[in-house]
Order: sequence, then structure tokens, then C-alpha cells
Amino acid sequence: MTTQEWKFTAKDIASKPDLFLSGHRACAGCGPAAALRLIMKATRGPTIVTQATGCMEIVGSVYPYTSWALPWLHTAFENAAANASGIDAALKAMRKKGKVKQEHIDIIALAGDGGTCDIGLQALSGAVERGHDFLFILYDNEGYMNTGIQRSSSTPTGAATTTTPAGSVIPGKLEKKKPITEIMLAHDMEYVATATPYYWKDMLTKVRKGLEVNGPAFLHIFAPCPRGWRCEPGKTMEYSKLAVESCVFPIWEAVNGKRQLSTPSKLIALAPQKKKPVKDYLAGQGRFRHLFTPQNKHVLDEMQRFTDERWERLLQKCESSS
Amino acid sequence: MEKQVKQETMALNGDEAVAYAAKQCDVDVVAAYPITPQTIIVEKFSEYVANGEVQTEFVCTESEHSAMTACLAASVTGARTFTASASAGLALMHEMLFVTSGCRAPVVMAVANRALSAPLNIHGDHSDSMAERDSGWIHIYVENAQEAYDSIIQAFKIAEDVGVSLPIIVGLDGFTISHTLERVDVLPEDAVKQYIGERQLPNVLTHEGKTVPFKLDPDNPMTMGPNALQNYYFEFKRQQEEGMKNALKKIQEVNSEYAKISGRSYGNGLVDAYQLEDAEVAIVCIGSTAGTLKVIVDQLRQEGVKAGVLRLRTFRPLPVEELRNALKNVKAIAVMDKSMSFGGFGGPVFNEVRHVLYDAKEHPLIVNYIFGLGGRDTSPRNLRRIFEDIVQIAKTGHVETQVQYYGLRE
Amino acid sequence: MSQEKSWKEISIAGVCSKSSVGFMTGDWKTYMPVRDLEKCTLCLTCVMFCPEGAIKWRPDKGQIWFDMGFCKGCGICANECPTKAITMKMEKE
Repeated sequence: MTTQEWKFTAKDIASKPDLFLSGHRACAGCGPAAALRLIMKATRGPTIVTQATGCMEIVGSVYPYTSWALPWLHTAFENAAANASGIDAALKAMRKKGKVKQEHIDIIALAGDGGTCDIGLQALSGAVERGHDFLFILYDNEGYMNTGIQRSSSTPTGAATTTTPAGSVIPGKLEKKKPITEIMLAHDMEYVATATPYYWKDMLTKVRKGLEVNGPAFLHIFAPCPRGWRCEPGKTMEYSKLAVESCVFPIWEAVNGKRQLSTPSKLIALAPQKKKPVKDYLAGQGRFRHLFTPQNKHVLDEMQRFTDERWERLLQKCESSS
Repeated sequence: MEKQVKQETMALNGDEAVAYAAKQCDVDVVAAYPITPQTIIVEKFSEYVANGEVQTEFVCTESEHSAMTACLAASVTGARTFTASASAGLALMHEMLFVTSGCRAPVVMAVANRALSAPLNIHGDHSDSMAERDSGWIHIYVENAQEAYDSIIQAFKIAEDVGVSLPIIVGLDGFTISHTLERVDVLPEDAVKQYIGERQLPNVLTHEGKTVPFKLDPDNPMTMGPNALQNYYFEFKRQQEEGMKNALKKIQEVNSEYAKISGRSYGNGLVDAYQLEDAEVAIVCIGSTAGTLKVIVDQLRQEGVKAGVLRLRTFRPLPVEELRNALKNVKAIAVMDKSMSFGGFGGPVFNEVRHVLYDAKEHPLIVNYIFGLGGRDTSPRNLRRIFEDIVQIAKTGHVETQVQYYGLRE
Repeated sequence: MSQEKSWKEISIAGVCSKSSVGFMTGDWKTYMPVRDLEKCTLCLTCVMFCPEGAIKWRPDKGQIWFDMGFCKGCGICANECPTKAITMKMEKE
């Protein structure tokens, strides 16, 4: 990675042409779509994108229309990282024979939480272990949204989904959110980070850093889904911000395993009184509505406790890193 | 290239012959996962890579599903790709086989045909690739290690033809061919490279309105693998079928071209007819069994029996006209199947052959022998009995049992 | 909508033949953003956050332009504008 950080202003980004084009079929207020549009602004040269089946793959590629202004490949659900492996190997082989014009081509593999944490985990782990040169970006909307809002391992505790409905006996998903970034961190990658589109400057810087790695890099982007979370479409960015402010989704980066908090989360670490209660983040999201009843209060309390505990653990890890 | 080249004789088993052929074909990417009885292919190939004998990027994927994905992705980036699998590995790739064919990626795959679980069985039968007969891949089955070597080279030429642009499976019987040491005459590497040449790409029209080579290239962005709704999906499937139609011609062409260089041809490339011109009875089969059957036919001919063998070399695309012509005067046919279609009426080869001959003015009597499952050996003496059965059938015009399990302990 | 093509006319492997900028999603909206230009400080937050890319920065004109042909009326721009220069109103017939 280069030591010089990429400097840019809102006007620089706004002047760059979109590579994820208008006219895609995402829902109004789609968090992943907003994130993706911005992510594509952080590309630095010739880029190939490969994508797993999911919301963002479907909305941008309804034949004969395409929203992708760069080379784009989709094959199946569980293999975005395997696609990237094949493209990486092909470019390496063809370059040896002088068959590739461009000096360097960045490869971005995109997948949702289904195609990363669940069905896609094997291919991702394999591709990272083999050291292919690609950036894997997870757009996490906390569920299998494209097939109708079913639970994924990345769905948080207490959330109501169509396969973990809030019933009279079971109050939504019981299991914890899979700590996918901790898993990826354990793969000894040069760069692993979390980001969210509200803090777009931070997110774009991280995309660029990931691209600059000569080898695999992983970026976990938290992207609210108003349709699946049953909140107002205009509040997508508000929830993106609240998730960080309540420490439900802290943002940080780890360069060669050395982890440090990114500014928005660091500000909370330095001024803990600014930390918002988890309740504030959950309120207004239809998927958590059932938690605001007396019989489910214990779930709410558990969520606050767990968020606090995980936040403390993160602070310790960041401190021991520095 | 008209002149037959000087070849070197080597002692190779089927897997080694496949790996050797792949080595000579200037493959860009090999992404594979080991599974018995294909392991020798990947091991041999990785030796070539480690010793710098090839410039191939060798990707040891973490599963067969990822292996096929990586091959597909590499292929649509413009690379020449090769892989190998068998049995459960091929079954694991099932989803991706359809995708690879749908994306028109000319991946060449050697399948060391082996039984599918359960129970687990590592030995040879055809159930693995027969389960993939609808996947849109070209299927060529070989009789011996020599043909395995020749067919891998031919496979690149067939698959990469712009009018075909379909992936291809070259099936070799697990253990019987894959692990049996045979004499194999190999071409010099430059002759192979000259014959198959560089990979040619078909042209596509992109959303930018440009007609450009079909590959992932930032200079000519294109979107591959979109979702096609009810209004377009069907058309793409029809395109794949056109590729299959073109393959029927291409396989024959390649067979004759290759014969000129090597001195070897396999029937007309689609079917390998042995002593069928005046045959009254015939056995139709796939793979190495044909070799044994040809020896038996010679014996029977000496005894005055008009017997013949049809080895179906190309199973997909199914050579309908060639099957009809080759079998038109035969009175009784036994079709041998090394796989089953549970709940169906006989095995896959039986179904296809009988179906093709249904429209013949004079119907031959056709019976099915399902045999060899899980690598069960059938001796020449037992194979000879099948000829005796169909001679009886031809004489009496009567079939007692249409579908038999040959070699099964009842 | 143009005539759909036959299998002989389309490219193989599903290679897409049209850019989605030809697919106007603007008719999806119920609400539309209305700007008070006096309050706008050209911070470009709305340009950054619009999931459709329907809010465009025109550096040559030093202006922000809202493309109603793609705006789905989600309201993110109105919610995030720091000076509340954007409000969502029901789209008229």
C-alpha cells in the first residue's frame, strides 16, 4: 500500500463519472446502492468487477440493460471470490505472454452478507489463502434481502426476518451476528476494514487502500436496507450514522493486523458520553419493533449488554495493537 | 498441415496422457481439486508447473465448485483453461457446469469417470458424467490412453471454435484407463501448438454499441452473466444448442485434420463403427469396454457370426444420423450402460439409442445391459454371452427381458 | 419498448446490449425533492448520498442538478441536507 493517502474533496468525487449507472432497479433509498455508487468512485484505473448473486447484482443487470460501465462478471451466488481468483490467474498468465495491454487491472469482488458470510465463506477463505490480488467488498444489509428478507448469519440478534419472524414464542433471530471481519482478520491479510456510507470520505479512502494492496484485502460495508429493515427510505444514511454512534457497527481498519479505530468511532472512544444507546438505533426499524414490548425487554437489554461488551473488547484490541 | 509428424512413444497411463496433452496445449490457467481417480492428472501437471515446463497459472482451489468457477472466470477473461474432476467432484460442480456452458466458456475438462456415492465407491462407471448430460457440455468418451491424449488436444480445437464456444468433457474410464499403463504415441509440442493455435474469441455487441472480442477487458467493458427474464432466457438456450449443432461438424473436421498429423482417427469422430457394414447383431457401448468387445467380435467373425460393435465416442451432441446409418441393417442390438437412471426405462445410452432408432422403417430389437457399476469387472467370456443373447434374439425375434443388470448377484 | 430480438440477433452469453441510463426509474416516485436554492450551500452531501446518481454536480455551471428522470423519491437528500434546503413533496400528476 502507498503511504500517501489519497486526497479528494466532495467536488472531486462528484465530478467523476458514475461507473454504477442510474437506471438500476434498486428500491428507493437503497443503502447498498448508495454505497456501491460511491465505491465505484474510488477506483483508480482499469478495473474488473465480479459479483455474487444478490440485490446489487440483480438490480444492475436485467438483460438487456446493464448499470455497469466497466467489465463485469456474475456467475453464481457462492463464488464471487472464486471468480476473482480465476480472473486474477488469467490476467497473470496472459500478461506473461504479452496478451494484456493494461499494466495493472484492479479486481473487485462484491457480495452481500449471504454471498460472503454464509454460502460464500468457503470461496472467500480459499481465495484469500491463495493470495490472489483482489479487493473483496461485503455490502452488509443483514439478511438475504433479494430473495425476500430471510435471515443470514449476519442478521443481528432480535431482528425479525421472514425465516426468523417475531412470533409469540420466539422473538426474532436468537443467534448473534457472525463476526465476519474477525474471521477475515485471522487470515493474516494486509488490509481489513469496516466502513459505512454515511462516512463516505472514510469509506472511499478505505476502498482505495484496499485496492492498493498487492494481494487480498477485505472491506465490510454496513449498508441499511429500508425495505428489509422496514424503516423509512429517507433514513438510510441516518441509520448508517446511528449504527456507528451506538457502537452497533464500529468502524476501524487493520493494516497488517494492527487495528485502529477510524475517526467516527474514535471520537466515541475518546468521549464515551457521546455513545448513543442501542435503543436509539433500533427505534424506527420495523424489524425490531417487537422488542419494544414488556415481554421482549430482556432481548433489548441483552442487545445493549452485548454491544457494550463487544465495544470494550474492540477497544482493548485496538489498544494492544498500537 | 498435411504431413504426418514423427512421434515419440511413451509409456503413460490415461491420467498421465491427459496431463501430458494439456502440457503441450499452452494452457493459461488450470484450476483444479484432486479426487480419485483423477489425482494423477493434477499431480503430474503441478510437476510440470514446478519445473517450469509450462507457463500455466495453476490454482489449487479449495473445492471443485470453485475450480470450475475459476476456470470459467479465467476463460471469459480470455485465457485458455483446463481442469479435471470425477464423481463427487463433478457432482459438486453441477451448478457451475450449466453456468459455464451458458457463459459460452470453452473450458476443457478431463473426467476420470467414477461412480457416484452413496455408498462411496472410487472405481469406474459413467454415472458421474451421465448425470451432467443435460448441462450443455460436449461429451467425448475415449477407449484408451492413446485416445485420451489425442482427444484432449482435439478438445481445445473443438471447444474454442467460434461457432461452437462450448465447454467440453473428455471422459476416460476411472482406473481402467486412468491408471492403466499403455503405449502412447505423442506428438512433438510444436506440432500440437501449431495445430491448435492461439485461442480465438467470438465477437459480441456491447452496451456501448461496439463489436468487440468476448472477454473481460477494461478497454471494452461488457456485462456477462446478467439475469435474463422470461422474455430472453429461452433465446440464450437456443444459442447454446446452435453451438452443439456446429460441434457435430467440428468434431468430424478435427478428427480428419488430426488424422493427417498423427495418423490416427477414431471412426468419424462421432461414432467408431467396428465390423458393422454387414453386421446382424451389434453391441453399442461407450468407453474402454469397446476395446474388449472388438476382440470378441473378431473371434465371433471367425466363427461365422456377423457381429459388430458401435462405440459411441461423442455422446453430446448426440450423432443422430451417424447412429442411424451405422445401425440401419442390424437386427438385434444390445446397448451397454455403465450407469443407471433410477426409475427410468433402462440406462441413458439405451434410452438415447433406442429413441434415435425409433423412426427406422425396420425396427431393430434393442435390449439394455446395465453393467460394471462401481467398477465391477465384466470378463470377456461374459461379454461374449451378450453376443450370444442377441444372436438368439435376432433369430427368434423375441425379447425376454428388455433391461438386464449384467453381473449383478440376484 | 423496442421490439425484442430473436436468438440469432443477440450476443452470446447474455452480454448486455443497453446501458441502464436508457431505463427511466423516475416514474417510480411518489414524493419528489423540492429545493430552496437560497438555503443550498453546495456542500454536495445530496450528490454523495443519492443512490440513483440522480443528483448531479455540474462543475462547469457551478450548480447542482436534480434529474427527475431517475429520482425514485426516497428522501435521503432531504433527510441529510444540513441546511434543510430540500423538502419532499407529493409529486403532482
